[in-house]
Amino acid sequence: MIALILRDMRRAYASGGATLIVAFFLLVAILFPFAVGPDQKLLMRIGGGVIWAAALLAALLPVERLVAPDLDSGTLDQFAVRGVSMAAVAAAKIVAHWLAFAPPLMAATIAAAGLLDLSGETLLTVEIGLVLGTPALAALAVATGALVAGLRGAGAIAGLVMLPLAIPLLIFGAGAIEGGGVGGLKLLAATSLLIVAGAPFVAAAAIRAGME
Amino acid sequence: MLFEQRSFALAAGDALLVTGANGAGKSSLIRVAAGLLAPVAGHVAVEGQRALLAEAAALDAERAVAAALGFWARLDARPAPDARVAAALDALDLTALADVPVRLLSTGQRRRVGLARVAASEADIWLLDEPANGLDTAAVARLEALIAVQRARGGIVLVATHQPLALAGAQEIRL
Repeated sequence: MIALILRDMRRAYASGGATLIVAFFLLVAILFPFAVGPDQKLLMRIGGGVIWAAALLAALLPVERLVAPDLDSGTLDQFAVRGVSMAAVAAAKIVAHWLAFAPPLMAATIAAAGLLDLSGETLLTVEIGLVLGTPALAALAVATGALVAGLRGAGAIAGLVMLPLAIPLLIFGAGAIEGGGVGGLKLLAATSLLIVAGAPFVAAAAIRAGME
Repeated sequence: MLFEQRSFALAAGDALLVTGANGAGKSSLIRVAAGLLAPVAGHVAVEGQRALLAEAAALDAERAVAAALGFWARLDARPAPDARVAAALDALDLTALADVPVRLLSTGQRRRVGLARVAASEADIWLLDEPANGLDTAAVARLEALIAVQRARGGIVLVATHQPLALAGAQEIRL
């Protein structure tokens, strides 16, 4: 299991995936002030939500690279022949994807918070929300990657599949900033737990269907 | 329907050669035997561990040959993965390529690395899909010797191929 996680993490960093995610995240955060204007009060108010939307889009970025290459290269076949369950493979991929994108993203959030002029208090709520919510984003990304592996136009379909499923995370995560407080974070944690618990099995079923 | 009414039983030390035209279902038979594909009708009963050489290499392109094989050897649940990989590399004349990234290998070399993974697994049952593809005559001789060793130690080998392979006393199925 640890070997699988290490392999996926090395692949994520070797392909530049983790760096790209952070760069993309920061770019989205920088674009918003250009779009809505340099009104400091407005930026402070929407800043938390902007960071959440940017995190969601950044998590979506590497979806095509999470499962499809392993399906094409026969790696998943070799796991199956060795009796490694596909749910374990999917769980390892979720952990590896989270380790590859969430810590750098949370570090980049501090920079983004500076750009959007967020208060320290808001930044703390956003960071706690990201700690709770990013595992679910990683789980959704892997499950979606497994579902669309081998399809034509997989990238576009992946967005259509994953973004609606991530709406609860966005609502509770951004809601916790705007007066939701601890209650919002608890709901976020509950949603996240549900998604993380279910995603490996969804991904495993999708992988098995894709292998036949 | 690719094929029907086919049955075979292999005991320790046996080998089966599956031949047939392109598209006859050789690879599908191997995948069914590996448990990757469910047959429409019929069943597969297997005792012992299986190792598969399929068309896809299943090796991380950016890693060195020895490291890529080591990843799989460590998953095999047998002791001394590094020693097994070293022995397999030696048996397939790949020791000189141990530190070369997989992406730089030629087709035949990649095939030999795939065979090395099967050999290093020390599995009871080898399922080889076109193992001689891209191999030169010296490598084919090494492959035949490797299969003979596997059978001598009580293993089973199932080979799907369209190229002639010298397997003494092997059963044969023509699809």
